[in-house]
Amino acid sequence: MSVRLLAIGLVAGVFSALFGVGGGIVVVPLLVAAGFSGRAATGTSLAAISLTAAAGAIAYGFHGDVKPGAALLVGAPAVAGVFLGVEVQQRLTSRTLTLGFAFLLTAVAIRLLV
Amino acid sequence: MSELVVVILGFAGGVLAGLFGVGGGILFVPTLVLVLGLTQVHAEATSLLAILPTVIVGAWRQHRHGNVDWHAALFLGLGAVIGVEGGVQAAKALPEDTLQTLFAVFMLVVAASLAWRALRPQSSYPSDDDRL
Repeated sequence: MSVRLLAIGLVAGVFSALFGVGGGIVVVPLLVAAGFSGRAATGTSLAAISLTAAAGAIAYGFHGDVKPGAALLVGAPAVAGVFLGVEVQQRLTSRTLTLGFAFLLTAVAIRLLV
Repeated sequence: MSELVVVILGFAGGVLAGLFGVGGGILFVPTLVLVLGLTQVHAEATSLLAILPTVIVGAWRQHRHGNVDWHAALFLGLGAVIGVEGGVQAAKALPEDTLQTLFAVFMLVVAASLAWRALRPQSSYPSDDDRL
């Protein structure tokens, strides 16, 4: 299991740094496939991303690519948002919210492409 | 005005992080590019820093609900730390517009998988029941 976890982490790490994301989108389904329950997979993914993101931010930081002011502007409201997201995940039906996010991501992706 | 948009999208990224166990970077990166005008590489680097406090708080909240396997997280994180440098080198080597196009395609794939998950009649992921 440990080797499998290391391998999942390795893939997620490359993905994370390449796209500036946490890598959870790779980690969560692979943990579920490895036998984790859905909530345990999302919780464990968040904990793992803290190491991934720290390593990525430090690596990019050496290249001078990190803009701390901008990170604060987007990160501070995100910290407030994650409280809500975790609680919603424990309690509510969120099919509509999931679809809403899918539409939001699609709209932003199209804006990036054109 | 643009700061308000950044705050709203940052908050949405945080909600996404809590709901799906991701970092929120999939919204942080385009926000930093489109609203604040950062380059794709600068946005990705900055996104990783913004993710850090988000996932620390998220992991702490999930820990309180008993949903964190810390041993597994450590192994995942160790693997990721090894992989990170490869991703950084790839992102720095790719032309800016190619990286941005790849990122947009990545977003569309994620959007499609979220939509599929939500529309599936019997969804067992990422929750343990049919709530999500």
